[in-house]
Amino acid sequence: MSEPSQAAPRPGRPPRRPPISLRDARTRSVLWQAVAVAIACAIIVLVGIQTAANLKQRGITSGFDYLGRAAGFELPPGPVPYASRDSYARALVLGLANTLRVSLLGILIATALGVAIGVARLSTIWVFATISRLYVELVRNTPLMLQLLFWYALSQALPGPKEALNPLPGVYLCIRGLFLPGLVWHGIHPWVGGGMLGVGVLVPVALAITSDRWETAADESRARRLLAGGAVALVCVAVVLGSGFSVERPSLAVFNFRGGLSVSPEFAALLIGLSTYTAAFIAEIVRGGIVAVGRGQKEAAAALGLSRGRALRLVVLPQALRVIIPPTTSQFLNLAKNSSLAVAIGYSDVMSVTDATLNQTGQAVEAIALAICVYLGMNLIISFAMNLYNARVAAGPAWSQHA
Amino acid sequence: MDVRHCLLSSAVLVLSVYPTAAIPGQPARVPAVETRSHRGGETPTLDGVRRKGFVQCGVTTGVAGFSAPDAQGQWHGLDVDVCRAIAAAVLGDASKVRFTPLTAAQRFTALQSGEIDVLSRITTITFQRDVQLGIEFPAINWYDGTGFIVRKARHLKSVRDLDGATICLQPGTSNELDVADYFRKNNLRFTPVVIERLEEATNAYFAGRCDAFTQDQSTLAAVRARAPNPDDHVLLPEVISKAPFGPGVMPDDLRWMEIVRWSVYAMIDAEELGLSSRTIDQALASSGDPSVQQFVGTSGSFGQMLGLDSRWAFNIVKQVGNYAESFDRNVRPLGIERGINRLWKNGGIMYVPDVR
Repeated sequence: MSEPSQAAPRPGRPPRRPPISLRDARTRSVLWQAVAVAIACAIIVLVGIQTAANLKQRGITSGFDYLGRAAGFELPPGPVPYASRDSYARALVLGLANTLRVSLLGILIATALGVAIGVARLSTIWVFATISRLYVELVRNTPLMLQLLFWYALSQALPGPKEALNPLPGVYLCIRGLFLPGLVWHGIHPWVGGGMLGVGVLVPVALAITSDRWETAADESRARRLLAGGAVALVCVAVVLGSGFSVERPSLAVFNFRGGLSVSPEFAALLIGLSTYTAAFIAEIVRGGIVAVGRGQKEAAAALGLSRGRALRLVVLPQALRVIIPPTTSQFLNLAKNSSLAVAIGYSDVMSVTDATLNQTGQAVEAIALAICVYLGMNLIISFAMNLYNARVAAGPAWSQHA
Repeated sequence: MDVRHCLLSSAVLVLSVYPTAAIPGQPARVPAVETRSHRGGETPTLDGVRRKGFVQCGVTTGVAGFSAPDAQGQWHGLDVDVCRAIAAAVLGDASKVRFTPLTAAQRFTALQSGEIDVLSRITTITFQRDVQLGIEFPAINWYDGTGFIVRKARHLKSVRDLDGATICLQPGTSNELDVADYFRKNNLRFTPVVIERLEEATNAYFAGRCDAFTQDQSTLAAVRARAPNPDDHVLLPEVISKAPFGPGVMPDDLRWMEIVRWSVYAMIDAEELGLSSRTIDQALASSGDPSVQQFVGTSGSFGQMLGLDSRWAFNIVKQVGNYAESFDRNVRPLGIERGINRLWKNGGIMYVPDVR
């Protein structure tokens, strides 16, 4: 470390650092941080040891071995196949899939609804502005739990399966949920599929060969696009019809509707509750973001002859987004966490499966720790994705970088 | 150099905390084992109850007949009477009980964490709960089994008619496991609707969300009594599982476990001896029956052996009543027959050791 001090500093060499001492503010800062980290680690280790000792003393089994054992309970059907003989881990995966499904759909709907209401609040049309204001005030100032129970109670007021509402052919709405016609795969019919595929490929090729009749380049490119579009459409039709998909309509069996697609009332109530609730907050963030854009910007856009809609889309929103995105990320995270209120209305999300698991196995510490990891992981991913998007928006649109 | 020294010393600090922290954990385990092996060991729960002056008892959030609050907020039920009997035995006053309403999913954690002294909450005794959860079930106070409630208008005759049905159930119950096993075994299918709180689960059934609701027979009778129109609902005849109910305690207090066990036994023994809350005063004063004398504490020293007052069993019967009184007061009004819960002398399976 010690060097001859008379050595002449060579170019590119860092300047000599002063000796480390406690009088140096930097050294003290490093020291205190190290002490803080050490104390935090010591507390964590102590809590861990004490917990393990207490669990042992009370004769409570610990460890994650239970995950591999058969869960023994049934769960409502979800995106992942599961039966009662599958493991606790599998049940948890089903819960996770249910949580992800409601969270992601909820985020999409809440964003669309929130932006629409936020813009409507600034509308010069009194009816729009007032309705959206009432919506925000009503939804934002009542507890989410109450709203979820309200939506669920509403679904419970629907008629039974035998008296199901039938607004469209094949669509049934009753207390058991919403039942829709679905596509069912039967396997490929080679003649039909092959024939249609042949037509879809051959016709455009034949037309392309005779394509020297176009007058101008613009005409030609338009014709090519038309041809390409037509070919894609034909291939799609060929795949759908020829391959043996068929539409299956739900039908009433002894107790329930069978076949087709179904949406359970628990899922619907949770999705509607979460997205309408979060939309109210997003609406306020969007409104704030738009108001934050200087009036001069809007006036300049008007002076350029842009219509109100185009001014909003091209001038105001790109600037407002920088203000909007960070708080909206928090709302997305809240929505994902609030989805755990599913327990109250019987939707089998991660928390609900965790509850059932910890009660059947008694391994509360492990089950809750796992649930924490799941929510933490999910929210870190959402946060990461939103930060990437935010970085892009903050950098500005492509044209401004080239300017 | 100094920075490195600081980091090194803080690492040493962390490491030095580690072994010293491990030591307090070590002796904590040893007496726990010893308590099991000899009498008169540590009695943390009993000491706690005496210090507090009341028994903290975990009950349901409201199942009529077993544990439910009335309009004045007073708890009543067969399970509630177990709590009162323990209070009468230990503190001499059956009213010195505080109740903690728990959902099915909360109950074991509440007991393990020490939030309650005893769990008296229509809890089915199973291998897993005994061995894996580390909970001790000192006695059985009710024999039950998983059943189904359905709408009468459906004209269902058997569980097998429920193939393809939607069934409301509560997560974390033994019923949940019984139904899954039974349907799998008989190659039947069902769609579960999983709702944690009993009130909400039954409301979903009443609203028509489910074709059937599954719980223990006794709970179903209470649910039916609470229905908007009880005659619209029937219980299916089959009982698809055994469900012995009993109070649960933690294993770290052997003496407490014995007190809970004998409080339950005392109520059943009293019925067998023909002692009730009305006749026990007279029995104390003038009974010549040695069994009765030992029970009420005029001879022998059974209370002392249990570390309690010699009148412990007398207090239970005087203040709470015998098992038949508790049943007649709480469960019979719901239209539930005593059935297999009759005394062994009367054709039931209630057969408990004597106080002798």
